[in-house]
Amino acid sequence: MTARDQILRDIRTALGRAGCASPAPLVAPLLRNPQMDRNLYVQLFVQSLEKLAGKVFVVPNPDAVPAVLGKLLDGKHAVASNAPFLKTCGLEGFGPVQSGFTDREALRAACATADVGITSADYALAETGSLVMLSGAEEARLISLLPPVHVAIIPRSRLLANLDELLATIPKPADQTSSMVLITGPSRTADIEQILIRGVHGPGEVYAVIVENA
Amino acid sequence: MLDVPMDRFNQTLDDPRLQAAIYSATQRLIDHRAGAVAGDRLPDYQALRTRANEIKKHTIENLDYYLEQLESNVVAHGGQVVFCRTGDEVADFVLDLAKKRNARLIVKSKSMTTEEIHFNEHLERHQLETVETDLGEYILQLAHQRPYHIVAPALHMTRYDVADLFSNTLGVPKEVEPENQTKIARATLREKFLNADIGVTGANFLIADSGAVVLVENEGNARLSTTAPKIHIAIAGIEKVIPRAQDLAVFLNLLGRSATGQPLTVYTSFLSGPRRAGEIDGPDEFYLVLLDNGRTKLLRDPEKRQSLYCIRCGACLNHCPVYRKIGGHNYPWVYSGPIGAIITPQFHGVTQDSWLPFASSLCGACAEVCPVKIEIPRLLLKLRAEVTEANRNKASLERWGFGAWAWVMTNPRIFRLLGYLGAKFWPMVPKIGPLRKWARQRELPRIAPKSFHTLWTERRRS
Repeated sequence: MTARDQILRDIRTALGRAGCASPAPLVAPLLRNPQMDRNLYVQLFVQSLEKLAGKVFVVPNPDAVPAVLGKLLDGKHAVASNAPFLKTCGLEGFGPVQSGFTDREALRAACATADVGITSADYALAETGSLVMLSGAEEARLISLLPPVHVAIIPRSRLLANLDELLATIPKPADQTSSMVLITGPSRTADIEQILIRGVHGPGEVYAVIVENA
Repeated sequence: MLDVPMDRFNQTLDDPRLQAAIYSATQRLIDHRAGAVAGDRLPDYQALRTRANEIKKHTIENLDYYLEQLESNVVAHGGQVVFCRTGDEVADFVLDLAKKRNARLIVKSKSMTTEEIHFNEHLERHQLETVETDLGEYILQLAHQRPYHIVAPALHMTRYDVADLFSNTLGVPKEVEPENQTKIARATLREKFLNADIGVTGANFLIADSGAVVLVENEGNARLSTTAPKIHIAIAGIEKVIPRAQDLAVFLNLLGRSATGQPLTVYTSFLSGPRRAGEIDGPDEFYLVLLDNGRTKLLRDPEKRQSLYCIRCGACLNHCPVYRKIGGHNYPWVYSGPIGAIITPQFHGVTQDSWLPFASSLCGACAEVCPVKIEIPRLLLKLRAEVTEANRNKASLERWGFGAWAWVMTNPRIFRLLGYLGAKFWPMVPKIGPLRKWARQRELPRIAPKSFHTLWTERRRS
């Protein structure tokens, strides 16, 4: 008997039944409705992320992004994702920003030496200050992970209240991507004497730029 | 009699530095949790706990169904599912795969399940380098120790311990600042990530309706372990499955808050299968190892099976007055604290380390903070009964004592006689031997000069 069959048989024996029976229906998922005014999402997102030592810039239009980004980068070397929204914001050919990667090895080599990773985000969660990234042709996983600084540029229209609203919006993330990650502030640890240190393996600095009219 | 390892306990109790470390770390975690679940921060906290318990109960009672659903969905997303009965089977599978792919280096993110099966030791015997990448776990791997706490594994070590350890094992100059120590670890481990052939992780949740693995972490090492190498292997106990992705709204809202007081940990990864067409990076191969290792034994008892609801938040450890004194390494297995006290006897049998279910004041703090409402004190009592039952035929002082007690209590004359003698002679009994030890910090009870029975009779006469 294979390990699989034996484990399933042991489970059924332990539960006192012969075959696999369909379970009685489970009560509907508990997703709390966002109780807050949508106009307050930006403000709440700023508060939440800054509480975690992130920094948020709110700009009115996509064309205001390069100025903010220029100051942030300050000549540092950056890798940007292929998100169309970054193009909308005029990042193509912007200063020391490399982008357009489609090859894994090339992307990895670039990310391993870059100072800053620039992405958009599929969603952002106001209550927790989280960035929600779905991996795909437009967003690679490593850009928000290997460089010591992560900058995410997000249209305001992608702001959701919280995790519950995200799961109501995407009931099954696995149908869309092999990887959905929620990034809630800079990488951190408290493993030595409970002292908080930022930037362990992921970026130690996280910036979000929210574009109001987008 | 129970074989309580008092000598080891005393070593911990007599170490003021260790006592302070345990106390302050657990107190901080207690405070952070209390802030995060307070009524103004999470008004639905109790409703979420109730729901989490319901979902876990439902899933565990239909475990075969959800495992099969999980399996078919993992396969549908291009992953493979490997069922393993034991830790040896897990090691065999990984070794075999490593051989086929010519892999030499494995990076690992924190996982209690792999601690449970001594995964690293297994693999290192076959010259396969396995590197822990969570900072705390990395420190412990260098020190050859097991985790002190489910969530804060190196809670018992100071920055000076880490300075000595890094200097001795990595050959770096002594560095006592945790910030710089973290930088050393980051640089060393970054090399490992970029050269690793396989990434091994555990799983916080397995999602049946999506065929997905959910990982929560703060450092980014789980993300790197599942992104940089070409192969990702997730190793999880079969009890980790939950029915739907949407149920995460309940569990994620509880897990981080209960563990460290964070509404969400820094990274929550939802992973299903290898990278898909069009995705630029991510692993080419994805394996989900589903481990039994005794879990099916825990399923048999309808009451005790709730031990399998645990989501490993560590809140019961932080709030346990016993854990907070004796620390993590005095528990016989990798799972310490109240949850360890209820699952260890069920995995290993109640006759091994039978003192464990008794090492509790039954204060109930663990049950009060458990996010999935496991009735830990109730299960401890049940296990105590089982230990006693298992030792039934062994002649013991306790057994003899209770026999004598039963005889006295069922013979009113003897009871009265002993009461009379006791009242007269008890104060004269010398406080020596075990009595002295007991009386050292306590007042011995006095026997009233007249028994209730005598008083009652006198009152009725008058």
